[in-house]
Amino acid sequence: MPLQVQGEILSVKRVGAYQAMTVVAPGIPELTRPGHFLAVQVGGPESSMLLRRAFAIYDVKDRGVYGGTVEFVFAVHGKGTAWLSQRRPQDKLDVVGPLGKPFRLPKNPVNVTLVGGGYGSAPLLPLATALRERGCRVDIVLGAGTADRLFGFMEAKRMADSLAVTTDDGSIGLHGRVSDVLPAVLDKSRADVVYACGPMAMLRAVTDQAAERGIPCQVAVEESMACGIGVCMTCVLPVVGDDGLTRMVRSCVEGPVFLGDRVRWDDVGTVPLDTVGAITAPGAHR
Amino acid sequence: MTDLTTKLAGVTFPNPVFTASGCAAAGRELDQFFDVTRIGGVVTKSIMLDARSGRATPRMAETPSGMLNSIGLQGPGIDQFLEKDLAWLADRGARAVVSIAGGSVDDYAKLAQRLRGHPAVSMVEVNISCPNVEDRGQVFACDPRASSGVVQAVRQNTAAGTPVFAKLSPDVTDITTIAKACVDAGADGLSVINTLLGMVIDTTTMRPALAGITGGLSGPAIRPVAVRCVWQVHAALPDVPILGMGGIRTGLDALEFLLAGASAVSVGTTVFGDPTAPVRVLAELEHALAERGIARLADVIGLAHRPPVPSVPESPDPVGDEPVVDLRRSFDDTFEETS
Repeated sequence: MPLQVQGEILSVKRVGAYQAMTVVAPGIPELTRPGHFLAVQVGGPESSMLLRRAFAIYDVKDRGVYGGTVEFVFAVHGKGTAWLSQRRPQDKLDVVGPLGKPFRLPKNPVNVTLVGGGYGSAPLLPLATALRERGCRVDIVLGAGTADRLFGFMEAKRMADSLAVTTDDGSIGLHGRVSDVLPAVLDKSRADVVYACGPMAMLRAVTDQAAERGIPCQVAVEESMACGIGVCMTCVLPVVGDDGLTRMVRSCVEGPVFLGDRVRWDDVGTVPLDTVGAITAPGAHR
Repeated sequence: MTDLTTKLAGVTFPNPVFTASGCAAAGRELDQFFDVTRIGGVVTKSIMLDARSGRATPRMAETPSGMLNSIGLQGPGIDQFLEKDLAWLADRGARAVVSIAGGSVDDYAKLAQRLRGHPAVSMVEVNISCPNVEDRGQVFACDPRASSGVVQAVRQNTAAGTPVFAKLSPDVTDITTIAKACVDAGADGLSVINTLLGMVIDTTTMRPALAGITGGLSGPAIRPVAVRCVWQVHAALPDVPILGMGGIRTGLDALEFLLAGASAVSVGTTVFGDPTAPVRVLAELEHALAERGIARLADVIGLAHRPPVPSVPESPDPVGDEPVVDLRRSFDDTFEETS
């Protein structure tokens, strides 16, 4: 059950091209599992920006000197994140969390590959810790546009049985995409399960490569959201249910973690004609 | 203690703060953040006869003090709504105002029949004004005759003790014409207002920001439009109860709507950014009324319509420390006291 907390910012750190913000938010850390996210109010109480900004939870500490803290990573994209990047320690921040369905963990100590794109690695690092605690072998693949957009390199290196890195410009690691190295990692590590978080195109590629090997894959999607709590219906995408039917499902409450092969990647951004409740009349829904 | 009860067409609610259709689903998600039985009622997202997928994404664009949405009435259809959502609201003991939407008069009639006599239904809100439909010509609330047909069908198929409210669009030349047509057709009250049709163009892609191209504008940006509409409808039809909505963010915003003539208010878009907003607005409203020495919420409804009191050179010296302002004081009373 999520909480709405008037938090206090403990620190704002620059990490390459990103910012990492730690907020004292009592109650939230205890409830958080890897894959959960936070919805953060931006602009202050009189803000003209009404909608919360959603961020995957990176790290939590149940008990600190100041109480439980929660940390998230963000990139400055627009006015909301620009405002956020200008906050300083002791500023107040209204946060709601933990939200969404977290990653499901394997029951047995299996071989796991984690694939992170950009700051999509943020929720994967606490997941790696949880998997290691269960005795899993953890191999990590990180990719980004440039070296400064690679998040969690040192931590991943410390934690993983193997780490592969790619950048679009070759500034660090292999010049290329995660999909260029993933097949070899999956085969070499004899991966049983794949977890991924990052841009949609990457999630799709990872899903396909895992599916080719019959490996189940959980992906955490990033859809634009207005509320994060399941009431606005803006963050939907076409997902196939257990009954084989496609529905427009809310990524905030039914996700953000989905089984990769259930997401209709080709149709994201559209309403496929066989979706439950799709209007098929000419000139109707796109 | 301020008496916060309010009456909407014969039904008494413990307080005047409701959720808004399309901004609270069917209450269950918000119940995680506050007890939904504490507010006046939960106005559910417009339900249609059949399941509906809604429109493609992007469905949302943030705008200054507001947002555009183009959801397209996504929902599970009336069967599942009754079985899951309304059953939950009944179980929870919440007062439900069920919003219904359809493509034809017959759809609305059937929806009303399905809801008829359901113990959890406190009121029916007829959404004749959703802008996110395929054909703008289908927006019943843009035409008095079309509005009238829908409202009549719903009224005829709804139990006598259940008020039927028609939700009006601000996107009309004269909202009072539509309001009167709805009331003449049997509407017991009016919900004022739905979203305004709007559009955003993404200057990077140089294409419309929403997949549905146009969307409904909501949030504080539309509040003055909503207050104006409530004012006009109340002036034209002073005996018809109004559920007012449009950009309510604080208790004082809610008070503004009550003063304009609303008997109750819905808190909508604000919930997206502040899930506890309905109970906060309620507490702030109660405080604002107490601060003004108002004992009964009913006393402020439409109060802004009273004739202006002339300014006086010296304020009267009332008994006690606090100035006592009798808001209902007539012109003559004021004049005599100060002379």
